[in-house]
Amino acid sequence: MRAGADLIVIGGGLHGLSAALQSARRGLRVVLLEGAFTGRHASGATAAGVRSLARAVEELPLSLEAQAQWEDMTALVGDDCGFHAVGQVQVAMDAEAKARIKARIARLKAAGMHHESWIDPDRLAELVPVMQPGALGAAYVALDGSADPHRTIRAFRAACLEADVEILENRPVTWLGREETHWTVVAGGTSHVAPTIVNAAGAWGRQIARLAGDLLNVGIKNSMMIVTERCEPCLGPVVSAQNRKLSFKQTADGTFLIGGGVQGRLRPDGDSASVDFGALSGAMSTTLALFPWVADLRLVRAWAGMEAATADLLPVIGPSARAPGLIHAFGFSGHGFQLVPSVGRVIADLAETGRTRTDLSAFDPGRLATNRKAA
Amino acid sequence: MIFDTAIIGAGPAGMQAACDLRARELSVIVLDEQPAPGGQIWRGVERNCQPGSELAQRLGAEYRQGAGVARSFRACGADYRPLSRVWQIEETGPDATEQCWQVFVIREGQAEVVEARRVLLAIGAQERPVPFPGWTHPGVMTVGAAQIMLKSGGLLPEGPVWICGAGPLPLLYAHQLRKLGGQIAGFLDTAPRDTVRRGLPHLSGALRDWKSLAKGLAWQAGLRAAGLRRETGVRQLRAEGKDRLERIRWETPEGEKTAPAGVLLIHEGLVPSVHPTLSLQCEHTWSDAQQSLRPVLDAWGETTRRGLFVAGDAAGIDGARAALAKGTLAAVGIARSLDVLSEAKAKQARAAGDRALSKARATRPLLDTLYPAPEGKISDDVIVCRCEELTAGQIRAAAGRGSADPNRVKSETRAGMGPCQGRQCGYTVARLIAEAHDMPRAEVGFHNIRPPLKPVSVGELASLGKAKA
Ligand SMILES: Cc1cc2nc3c(=O)[nH]c(=O)nc-3n(C[C@H](O)[C@H](O)[C@H](O)COP(=O)(O)OP(=O)(O)OC[C@H]3O[C@@H](n4cnc5c(N)ncnc54)[C@H](O)[C@@H]3O)c2cc1C
Repeated sequence: MRAGADLIVIGGGLHGLSAALQSARRGLRVVLLEGAFTGRHASGATAAGVRSLARAVEELPLSLEAQAQWEDMTALVGDDCGFHAVGQVQVAMDAEAKARIKARIARLKAAGMHHESWIDPDRLAELVPVMQPGALGAAYVALDGSADPHRTIRAFRAACLEADVEILENRPVTWLGREETHWTVVAGGTSHVAPTIVNAAGAWGRQIARLAGDLLNVGIKNSMMIVTERCEPCLGPVVSAQNRKLSFKQTADGTFLIGGGVQGRLRPDGDSASVDFGALSGAMSTTLALFPWVADLRLVRAWAGMEAATADLLPVIGPSARAPGLIHAFGFSGHGFQLVPSVGRVIADLAETGRTRTDLSAFDPGRLATNRKAA
Repeated sequence: MIFDTAIIGAGPAGMQAACDLRARELSVIVLDEQPAPGGQIWRGVERNCQPGSELAQRLGAEYRQGAGVARSFRACGADYRPLSRVWQIEETGPDATEQCWQVFVIREGQAEVVEARRVLLAIGAQERPVPFPGWTHPGVMTVGAAQIMLKSGGLLPEGPVWICGAGPLPLLYAHQLRKLGGQIAGFLDTAPRDTVRRGLPHLSGALRDWKSLAKGLAWQAGLRAAGLRRETGVRQLRAEGKDRLERIRWETPEGEKTAPAGVLLIHEGLVPSVHPTLSLQCEHTWSDAQQSLRPVLDAWGETTRRGLFVAGDAAGIDGARAALAKGTLAAVGIARSLDVLSEAKAKQARAAGDRALSKARATRPLLDTLYPAPEGKISDDVIVCRCEELTAGQIRAAAGRGSADPNRVKSETRAGMGPCQGRQCGYTVARLIAEAHDMPRAEVGFHNIRPPLKPVSVGELASLGKAKA
């Protein structure tokens, strides 16, 4: 039995690491319990797009805060995490898509947010010369971009260690118990005690919530990605398309990453995901329509990553109503990478003072509560 | 159509299994990357063994035996698909009433899915990658690659070659090369010197197959008689040069030696091809004798996943004759599992197969002992992962930074994420992890294998959807 921690973070993905780091920087003694190794799941499988473009308006305050943090990542973790503000474009391939994008940009402007702008086909061709002509234009955010996920994990982990976070790997949490003012957390044969715990268990966030007696209705997504062989650099911005399953970008080492939310399969054990090539193959049509030359590139690897997804695709961030001293930070529904620095700040606020200046009402765990009693 | 069995690999094991399954009137499809049957050992056997071929004479009797097997295979009625790359294998969901496997194939740029009730992996072995300083220089290649050139078009390496390594294959290749008029600069034997002491306990068992022993001794005697330079107890090999290989350097108990070199061929034994069974999450065990992983199989050649069988060197390195026996045994197992062979008949057939296999394996313990995998320390500056250009030092550092999990080291360093999917670096990385954590190699395991199992282009992937529509 260990004593003396102020905060236990469950899950060593980027959200767990970021929450642990920023809490430790405020002087809290933090233990992080990771079931496998840091970055094993969504944070290692991610496309690592740093995108405010086309985000739900509820997430934008956190997203724009994160955008500024990504610009200066070295200040937070001592490394730029391979982030490049190469911009992101969301292409309109038909009139309906164009109308939707324009309406969204107008709504954002009316709400005082000017990060997105409409670009016409000529400007689009300048930005992305390797794309087939024919698109009707695109939404564009110049400050968006992408990062290197493994480098990001390494940097956050190293910063955590520097800030005296105790990172314990191969420690799956299997039991939680609350006694008056403290949680006892049993993980891989050891137990740990702290007044506050953070649930950053990603796809397993629902199970951790359940261990604490907080039943939440949250599903699982298994998004697939492929990476190609390396090529000469030729593509700047990250390209997506309105209403199509596409996310296409070139990494700093020259490979192309193709994703866009096509779903793989959950394995029967429920603990891992596998690639569904039939579905993946179908999703290549949008990529090949815009970038026909990609057909000749060799596919090096394909994978599926698991992450919790909610019905409204908004994350679960904030204190549990049913389990005092439990703070949730999961359910990022396939787009939580960009939010890592700002959500970590929010969790550190809550862990330190119990309050935060950020409006979390849209992310309230209570909206997903089910009425069934814990078994 | 749903085939009774899909066989992957048309080497000795795959061809034999196909013939045996067809003899029981089961429908069989055989998929293989190569343009013609034969696998590695009998590569190009049909072409090379045409009447009057000199190459066939020089390649030896064991090679020529393949022509007969290939002929029976061609005639057996299996649906044989050469030039077919298998890049993914899946099992239909557990909800399906009858078990079915889906084998994803690329042929002539088009992806398709082959369906079968059973799958037999007869995919053979690959050479054990052995990183040493300079192994990535142009001019350095493996004996296996040189032998492929020989069998595919009778090509000999240019200029005198150095052969370095241990095991039957370098000896055989040296023997073949000499007979074909190739020049050998010297043979560097990396096996430890105390041959007699190590080999003696296994000698009497090996004598059950005295013919193979005699052949091996004859190769060695032939090289000696030809006055070939031969060094034993070779360690710490280095390939040096500016843009390509110019010189090699090595140590023996007598001291350091060096020689100019244009071509260096290396070989340190074979390891089973386990990527498909690893990716299908079959259980594997570590063989100390062969320093490699192999799938766990029952007496019928079935893996821990029902309906998936393995035969030949993919099940453990035992050579071509054993591969034929394992092909027969797997065919018995498959027929039994498809209920076309009674339990009694199956047991009878198995007993005969087991006897043949045991005889074909007689020399194996001796060979495994004489030619152990190299164990010398890999120096920090040696490239281990060629795809991502990572050195042993970088991997050692990452291995020491956290748990002994190869997946962790992979995600931290990217070793194993490149086009070869760890075929080149996987064992070395695991060895460095074992070293860093001072634990037995057997306990380290292997990183997760991601699809595809073979190269696929994005266009070929997209063609799968069109094939289905
Ligand atoms: C294929 C894919 C592509 C994506 N692309 C993008 C993108 O381009 N842009 C973007 O913004 N977002 C993207 N995302 C989403 C983003 O990657 C995730 O939102 C983010 O990484 C989530 O981080 P996390 O820490 O919440 O989860 P994870 O990284 O999954 O971390 C959860 C951790 O909890 C651990 N754990 C689970 N159960 C237990 C237990 N009982 N005890 C202890 N530990 C436990 C797990 O082992 C895991 O390490 C993508 C996601 C995927 C899967």
